[in-house]
Amino acid sequence: MTSNAFIAFQKNEETRCIVEAIVDDNPDAVVVDQPAMVKVDVPGRLVIKRATVEEKMGRDFDLQELQLHLITISGHLDESDDEFVLSWQS
Amino acid sequence: MDMKVSKKLGLKERYTMMTRDLAWDTTFQPMDKVFPQVGYEGIKIHDWDQWEDPFRLTMDAYWKYQAEKERKLYAILDAFNQNNGHLSVTDARYMNVLKLFLGSTPPLELMAARGFSMVARQMVGAGPRVACMMQSVDEYRHFQTQIHSISNYNRFYNGMDEFAHQQSRMWYLSDGKSFFDDAITAGPFEFMVAIGFAFEYVLTNILFVPFISGAAYNGDMAAMTVGFSAQSDEARHMTLGLECIKFMLEQDPDNLPIVQRWIDKWTWRGTRKLASVGMMMDYMLPKRIMSFKEAWEIYFEQNGSALFNDLARYGVKVPKCFAQTIEEKEHITHQSWIGFYMKPDACPFHTWIPAPDELDWLSEKYPNTFDKYYRPVLEHFDKQEKAGNRFNNKTQPMNCQVCVSTIKFNEPGDPMEMCFRETVYKGEKFHFCSDHCKEIFEDEPEKYVQTFISSHAALQGKCEPEGTDVNAHDYRPGARMHAYWRMDKRASGDFNGSEDQKNFAQWRDQATKN
Repeated sequence: MTSNAFIAFQKNEETRCIVEAIVDDNPDAVVVDQPAMVKVDVPGRLVIKRATVEEKMGRDFDLQELQLHLITISGHLDESDDEFVLSWQS
Repeated sequence: MDMKVSKKLGLKERYTMMTRDLAWDTTFQPMDKVFPQVGYEGIKIHDWDQWEDPFRLTMDAYWKYQAEKERKLYAILDAFNQNNGHLSVTDARYMNVLKLFLGSTPPLELMAARGFSMVARQMVGAGPRVACMMQSVDEYRHFQTQIHSISNYNRFYNGMDEFAHQQSRMWYLSDGKSFFDDAITAGPFEFMVAIGFAFEYVLTNILFVPFISGAAYNGDMAAMTVGFSAQSDEARHMTLGLECIKFMLEQDPDNLPIVQRWIDKWTWRGTRKLASVGMMMDYMLPKRIMSFKEAWEIYFEQNGSALFNDLARYGVKVPKCFAQTIEEKEHITHQSWIGFYMKPDACPFHTWIPAPDELDWLSEKYPNTFDKYYRPVLEHFDKQEKAGNRFNNKTQPMNCQVCVSTIKFNEPGDPMEMCFRETVYKGEKFHFCSDHCKEIFEDEPEKYVQTFISSHAALQGKCEPEGTDVNAHDYRPGARMHAYWRMDKRASGDFNGSEDQKNFAQWRDQATKN
């Protein structure tokens, strides 16, 4: 069974756009709503693309801004200017 | 005239230039003399440059984002306090969560800050040094903001003001203290596994995610904003712990058995520490959102399995205690709450028997164990309490020599039997809560014979308030524990009838009428 990579954010206006971007870019994404927070599970590999987040927000976005809203992550992280990727190899 | 504008550096280049490029090798003294600690544990490192912080966070970006987090946090804290926020929590029982949290968590954050500044000095590579330094500053921030957010409650409710004094003296705070004492007195790599992996990956995911999400739905915006703000740093901390484990395993195959032993040891120590966090979720939040069992399944069983399956390519095996923790998830929170209820004179927070609808919730969430083992005990205590015969255990607890939890958990496979182990070392007998703790002791007995256990030391006359004459003919060891602990008696015992309960009801009433 493929392990889930996941990310959780505080629920706010910015993360609403980020979660929408994740859902667009990860067809297998499952969004779990919890009190005050939102968690997104994706089997194997979860990608957040800067371009998609910018489109949703209607402004420039630096992927490091994610840090302001992050609650937790699961998976090995690889971050560049354009993509924030969480993945499990198994 | 044409101006050539140089392109802004990318994240990877910026990270390289701002960390590794600013580091240097010492020449007046050889490197192994400047950084001796990395060799003590037997971990072999061949190329420190292979370590890279996957967040690629540079110091300038760190300050920018941390400052923004602080601004958000204090905006919410100020608004909450200006709005008399403490009266908007679900009910006054909730304050006891904060009391337990205050005693158990901020002092550990401070220990983590100390530990990471030490490790930041001890590590050779620039990557881990910068990341450890940032984590040290983060932990200091958590320590301060947690105390700051709860200080507003301290103006209104009893039992919060002596948490710093109590941290190294109270029997039930000793498990967390011993966790960090053990980690900080290990070498730098073991510290990274203990805190970066076990504490961050196993513990904080439960403490700061479902528990803080619960605080939010109990109306406590102060704890919510502090918890989430801290956890936004924890994502970085978990990544650092995981990176450290991968780095050790990739550097040399000889590192595997050492790393495996640390994973076994610290997963177990982290699990033991979680019993009281789980109890807060199952018993102390008036509005419950998720049981400890459910949180454990998501954040440890599934998330932990993902990690261990992934690390299997390096030869890492699932920690030995994994199966036992799965069995225990249906028991430990009930055993802990019953344990605290039975000691009304010895905790600076209140306890209570859950209301009938709350017992029903527990029955539903724990279908295999609650009705069979724990509900009858709680209902019996309730009857006795109402008949004026409130149970009160006045003896000192017996604590495990390794994890310093009170010895109260059950024998694996037999919930009706208490688990108890002992071993003899140099003619002295030592006691343990489990096979795992016994094994940890036997691996490093000279370390664990030194464990300070206040409930045992008290019987030797070592835990007395100043001015006590332990040689007086009428001296009784442990008789003045309340003074030694600086316990506020108004804060202990039953919630029903307490000053906090009365004050909260009166203030809430005043807040809605003229």
